[in-house]
Amino acid sequence: MPVYNIIQAVNDALRIEMRKNGNIVVLGEDVGNFGGVFRATSGLQEEFGKERVMDTPLAEAGIIGSAIGMALYGLRPVAEIQFSDFIFPAFDQIVNELAKFRYRSGGEYPAPMVIRTPYGGGIRGGHYHSQSPEAYFAHTPGLKIVIPSSPYDAKGLLLSAMREEDPILFMEPKRIYRAARGEVPEGEYTIPIGQAKVVRPGKGVTVLCYGAMLHTVLEAVEKQGAGDFDPEVIDLRTLVPLDTETILESVRKTGRVVIVYEAPKTCGFGAELSAIIAEKALLHLEAPIARVAGLDTPFPYTLEMEYLPSPERVAKAIAETARF
Amino acid sequence: MTQVALPPGAIVADKAPPPFSILDYEGNLRPDIDPSLVPDIPDADCLRLYREFIKLRLIDDRYLKLQRQGRLGFYMQSTGEEATQLGVAYALKQSDWIYPSYREPGIAFFRGYSIHDFTNQLFGNAEDPVKGRQMPVHHSFRAGNFVSISSPVGTQIPQAVGTARAAQILKHDTVVSVFFGEGTTSPGDFHVGLNFAGVWKAPVIFVCRNNGWAISTPLALQTASPSIAHKALGYGFPGLLVDGNDILAMISATRTAAARARAGEGPTLIEALTYRRAAHSSSDDPSVYRKGKDDEVREWERRDPVARFSRYLERKGILTPAIDAKYREELTEEISAALKHVETVGTPPLISLIEDVYAQPTAQLREQLAELLTMPRQKLGHG
Repeated sequence: MPVYNIIQAVNDALRIEMRKNGNIVVLGEDVGNFGGVFRATSGLQEEFGKERVMDTPLAEAGIIGSAIGMALYGLRPVAEIQFSDFIFPAFDQIVNELAKFRYRSGGEYPAPMVIRTPYGGGIRGGHYHSQSPEAYFAHTPGLKIVIPSSPYDAKGLLLSAMREEDPILFMEPKRIYRAARGEVPEGEYTIPIGQAKVVRPGKGVTVLCYGAMLHTVLEAVEKQGAGDFDPEVIDLRTLVPLDTETILESVRKTGRVVIVYEAPKTCGFGAELSAIIAEKALLHLEAPIARVAGLDTPFPYTLEMEYLPSPERVAKAIAETARF
Repeated sequence: MTQVALPPGAIVADKAPPPFSILDYEGNLRPDIDPSLVPDIPDADCLRLYREFIKLRLIDDRYLKLQRQGRLGFYMQSTGEEATQLGVAYALKQSDWIYPSYREPGIAFFRGYSIHDFTNQLFGNAEDPVKGRQMPVHHSFRAGNFVSISSPVGTQIPQAVGTARAAQILKHDTVVSVFFGEGTTSPGDFHVGLNFAGVWKAPVIFVCRNNGWAISTPLALQTASPSIAHKALGYGFPGLLVDGNDILAMISATRTAAARARAGEGPTLIEALTYRRAAHSSSDDPSVYRKGKDDEVREWERRDPVARFSRYLERKGILTPAIDAKYREELTEEISAALKHVETVGTPPLISLIEDVYAQPTAQLREQLAELLTMPRQKLGHG
């Protein structure tokens, strides 16, 4: 079985689906001739031509707006936003248009499409190449949000995303784009949207995370002593629709929860997770829910590793929650 | 004012030409018009178009009154702008796509949208095609390739370009036409959309209904460009300045734009010069900001698109008072029937609250609805 990084896995998924489904088109800035600034669409224009792999003018609202029009007409666009920090010029198109089209037209005009975008810090990118804006979009009914943490998941989830009937925001953790490597089966396989994965079973503390933070959590468990508390590590994989069952089942078992996300702490996705657990499993809790998150600041350049949750901070939170 | 000399290489926009117009205000063919530009329209089609004109007028009058009586929550008229809509509707094929803004109901009607569906939409009832989810006048008519209307202005422009690009990629013959007002030439989506269209040579026709007013804001506060049509030049395709109250000119200009699109020559921007004679919406009061502009309003009433077309048809012997009376009677009856019918239709079922958010409701949505179903219904307003 080949060993891929996440970029190669994404590329493989795109190639497989484009071969299978002639309606899939890729569009974005620098995705064609250059193959994307992260090389995720490398070689696709060579194989599928300039009409199916389009280098667009430099305007995110145009990329998403035109992709919506393509989706309404019957194509299956996979639009790339080069960095999720640059998604905001397209915010209106995503939040007011894409997310609402099926609903506002009484089901007459669905717009199934995928928006791929790299997100997250730890790459010396400063505040405009490091943000994690998932919570803005999780607050918008009509979108589904998928965030893989491994090459295997990236390929299986992206293949699913391209076959979904709903618009998908597919956020790729660029910090581990190349660092996360693993065996990826050749050919097609899918991982269902909306299913979390228990990465490490345990009985002591439930640790909820997604994307690059899974690797920070695993380092806390494997190298910073948090493994002593028998944590159950859950990779959410899909934020919307959320796999509430898997989360609650774990919380009922452990009674203790640590949530790790790299976005600013306040109103981050971890706040929603905390609320759900408080609503549905309060009497099972034996300790306060802990959140390890980014600071409520713009994303810093020089001190980014201090801003980001570290394995040590995660290990401390797990230990404190376990001992409470 | 000082005149600073510009260096070589300077590019300056020319003054706008007079708009392309075929019919004068009395409904006569203008004497200087090139006969090859006068569209040849069979008599039956002329009458069909005339009936659509009357339909829009009667509906606007009746539904605004209903709103004033408190029976309808909100309404937007297109009075005075009928030729702009119907000219494009007639010049295109049913298979061509329309991205409307909120002042083109005439195109939906022309393509078969019924007065019943139109009325049900306004009332947001159980038979509303969009299931009571949008304010009045936000129609969607898939069978007529008439795309769901959004309130934020201009978002439809890049979408229309994407649809045109899709048709181009799929080698379909489809042309896409997208409508917006002159105020909508200010936000970014207009410029993004036109730029993408120019680069892609997309088969799209941009139709700007320049009706002079964006709620209270006049054209002069919207742009410093000599015309809206000029803006096309910056994106590499032609702009046409057209008399939007002259249906023959609108048909002719749209046919030219559609021929360009189908021949692979790319987009065209049509600036249809017209006038918003009514308020922006039933919530608006132009007497506040159009004070002292009675002459302006009267001048545009003189250019009335319905009167110009009807005089033209009368002179050609196509339209008679008897036909006119018959249409008015039939349409009035149809409108009355639709309004009577809505009184018998209830609100959409509660399940529709969670349908169509996604292809299938999520577990979270089903749970939220189940909780709601245990509670008494809340009344609109307070106390």
